[in-house]
Amino acid sequence: MAKKILTEHINVPGIETFDVYRRQGGYTAVEKALKTMTPDEIVEETKKSGVRGRGGAGFPMGMKWGFLAKPEGVPRYLVCNADESEPGTFKDHYLMKSIPHLLIEGMIIGSFALGAKKSFIYVRGELMYVIHILEKAIAEAKAAGFLGQNILGTGYDLELIVQSGGGAYICGEETALLESLEGKRGNPRNKPPFPAVKGLYQSPTVVNNVESIANMPWIINNGADAYAGIGIGRSTGTKLISASGHIKKPGVYEIELGVSVEEFLNSDEYCGGIRDGHHLKALVAGGSSVPILPAHLIMKTANGEDRLMSYESLSDGGFATGTMLGSGGFIVFDETACIVRNTWNFARFYHHESCGQCSPCREGTGWMEKVLHRIEHGHGSMHDVDLLVDISKKIEGNTICPLGDAAAWPVASAIRHFRDEFMWHITNPHEASQPGAVYQGEMALV
Amino acid sequence: MEETKPQLIKITFDGIEVEVEPGTTIMQAARKIAEADESQGHLVPPAMCYYKPLPTSGGKCRACLVKVAQGSAKDPRPMPKLVPSCITQVQEGMVVENTTNQGVLDTRKSIVEFLLINHPLDCPICDQAGECHLQDFAFEHGSVKTRYEEDRRTFDKIDIGPFVQLHMTRCILCYRCVYTADQITDKRVHGVMNRGDASEISTYIEKAIDNDFSGNVIDVCPVGALTDKTYRFKNRVWFSKPEDAHCDCSKCSGKVTLWYRGDEVIRVTARKNTWGEVNEFICNTCRFERKKTSDWVLEGPTKVKRSSVISANKYRADLIKKPDFALKLAATQFKPIDDTREFVTDGETIRQQSIENNDKANHRSLLAKNN
Amino acid sequence: MTETPNLVAFTPERLEKVKDIIARYPEGRQKSALLPVLHVAQEQWGWLSSEVMDYVAGILSLEPVEVYEVATFYTMYHLDPVGKHVIEYCRTGPCCLMGGEDVYGYLKQKLGVEAGQTTADGLFTLKEVECLAACGWGPVFQIREKYYMNLTNEKVDQIIEDLSK
Repeated sequence: MAKKILTEHINVPGIETFDVYRRQGGYTAVEKALKTMTPDEIVEETKKSGVRGRGGAGFPMGMKWGFLAKPEGVPRYLVCNADESEPGTFKDHYLMKSIPHLLIEGMIIGSFALGAKKSFIYVRGELMYVIHILEKAIAEAKAAGFLGQNILGTGYDLELIVQSGGGAYICGEETALLESLEGKRGNPRNKPPFPAVKGLYQSPTVVNNVESIANMPWIINNGADAYAGIGIGRSTGTKLISASGHIKKPGVYEIELGVSVEEFLNSDEYCGGIRDGHHLKALVAGGSSVPILPAHLIMKTANGEDRLMSYESLSDGGFATGTMLGSGGFIVFDETACIVRNTWNFARFYHHESCGQCSPCREGTGWMEKVLHRIEHGHGSMHDVDLLVDISKKIEGNTICPLGDAAAWPVASAIRHFRDEFMWHITNPHEASQPGAVYQGEMALV
Repeated sequence: MEETKPQLIKITFDGIEVEVEPGTTIMQAARKIAEADESQGHLVPPAMCYYKPLPTSGGKCRACLVKVAQGSAKDPRPMPKLVPSCITQVQEGMVVENTTNQGVLDTRKSIVEFLLINHPLDCPICDQAGECHLQDFAFEHGSVKTRYEEDRRTFDKIDIGPFVQLHMTRCILCYRCVYTADQITDKRVHGVMNRGDASEISTYIEKAIDNDFSGNVIDVCPVGALTDKTYRFKNRVWFSKPEDAHCDCSKCSGKVTLWYRGDEVIRVTARKNTWGEVNEFICNTCRFERKKTSDWVLEGPTKVKRSSVISANKYRADLIKKPDFALKLAATQFKPIDDTREFVTDGETIRQQSIENNDKANHRSLLAKNN
Repeated sequence: MTETPNLVAFTPERLEKVKDIIARYPEGRQKSALLPVLHVAQEQWGWLSSEVMDYVAGILSLEPVEVYEVATFYTMYHLDPVGKHVIEYCRTGPCCLMGGEDVYGYLKQKLGVEAGQTTADGLFTLKEVECLAACGWGPVFQIREKYYMNLTNEKVDQIIEDLSK
């Protein structure tokens, strides 16, 4: 069995309660951090661990903490991004509902390290039941003296607040999240200034993903070196992968970074392979926004090496032949899946979720959806495919926030790798627009 | 030796060096170049959402994206993406490319396309035509053809108060009117509802925008989405004649531009600077209720950019430049033509020549098309 | 269907809850309470009429338009009257791979409504939503706080039957 950092105790009955969590060694990291370490030592330890942001961008967490401005007399905030909404990703949902104290423990350590006295967990509003679970856990932790005034007699005060969102994918973007937390529309801010300088209420703020923060207790208990020893290269530690689609065992799995895609997809410990009688056609490895890859490119890199579940290996080859680890949303397509229909579906998602502030995203996402809708429903024309590529290029890199890129990449990559399938839809409109019709032309299945 | 701290920051914009105060944006630096030398006006990035009199505006439309080829003298790396010049502050030694960068121009062309796909292009019947920033932007940077085949977003026109009509179909969601209401009126009743391309400026429930400064939303609107109901369909802007005037007003500075048709004041607006921005916001009484010349002290014709259609108006004869000025200018700038051809008066020859010329022109344009 | 509230006021318990929420934020930052308070309001009235939003604006010392702007931005707030149970059905890719479109077709047929409509008996309103972060357990829909996962036609029958009682 591979190393488990986050999910080691997740199946212990009653682990969502303080008592059971505590009996499994919970909150010892808070004791160690608050009583024996300085905030700077914790930040150093986090840097040394090499743990990277698990929300999608993969930015080193310790470095992000190091950027936090510390002007005199100004409060600082730690905000946990639990707005998980990227299609294909449901790991934070699973972690929070199963073992809420792990996140709370991480939040206490992180808040102490950053000097925050009031910290927030921003949970998407749809997960109201998870918000109740977290609030209950916070009350338990407070009753046990791990939150509130003078925690463990150290003089450190911390209030932890669970904030509910209202239904908007864009609030997973950190500055949109902060706007939303201030009670506004989730419009991302122009950067600079970055949240580390001007974040929540114009104060220095760090925003971290649930899974990133949940790594903290283990790092404090076992040391940065032990953490850095897990994984491969600059992809240290473990990663929660949300597996969905045409596999035998959909679910959330904790992997040691560096496991091969082949092993993750086919071994019984994880996905258990493609459903019986079917073959792998395509795969989205890191959530709907990352480039989709055809079967042969996801299993091996362009150089013929085994593709590994790590930041570096998945992005090997750039966008020409590679993709990204992203948030770890592993969506598997067998030969029954229509790439055009799925691309339209994803484009509709990003169109629906665009905040509408900046023109390339507001207008471009809707345009792409309409063109894809046309192709999927048998009304496409030959120049539509190049038009789509062109629109995606005009959005990419020109928007206020990464949603523009996230909308552009799935469309551009689907056409890059499955152009024949798009052309088949256009040249065989009647056949292609029948319910369940799927391109049967030449393609490499695995 | 005692060193004095440099007061100004030097940057290079499209190959031109300019010194500006710390904290200046790239846009303002470019405007400074153009203000010093009018012939460089074309270098200034277009602004559809940014509006200097409204702090925190900008960054949304992406029309003013430029390339920062060198971040600063200290860190000469280029910025990885194009940056909005309206909100990006200059750094010492920064090198910015605007009209000199093909990528920037291509992107700008696509921004025009994005802004136009849901715009009705009803310019022939739009009150804003002739002073519309989107029209200018499209003229300067857009394509002749559209690639958009789908239905456009449409909304019903609504009256927001007795003086202002909202024609949301034309809106490009620059947010200027929202900032105006936030910053210069005491109570905002309109805002942006919904999201994405379903976003709209609205009061949500029927509500009049009712305060002394509400009319300013008309002036800040870059397109014809917010129009003056007292002026609707009364005139084309190029047939009206702007005059600066003032009055003693208890609510605002009273400094306005009166728009004349003949002897009739058909519209009152705030005065605007070279960049189309209001100098001082005016009150509704000045704007909507003082429409007689006798309400005002006239100051003289408004200075209008020569490129504007408004300058095509007939000013009072004593105010326009004397013809001899034009002749002098022509003498210094143009070569006299040595044309010794015979003076043809015969109708048939003229007809023949024009057919030949026409053929030649057609041939040339055909060549150009094929190339 | 929920009636438009005549007398707009939180119940005493909910008002307490709202006060607790407002107290969580730093002084002068009560606007932060807007999204959570709108959820409380929707819990009480089922949907957010303009009267309810004006009431919330008053409690938080905001202009009503600030509340409208927010309520129309986020998809969870119902701006029109809804049925007793609002079925929020995930239409995003991963759920579709798990057969989501077929089950959705069955559900629509069973209820006799399209997205955005309410059944004649006022019991069910059907809404399409984007990814609910339950992709491995799809197809999924949500009713209030409860997730209904791994949906099949048979499960849909059972759920509708249970909720119709």
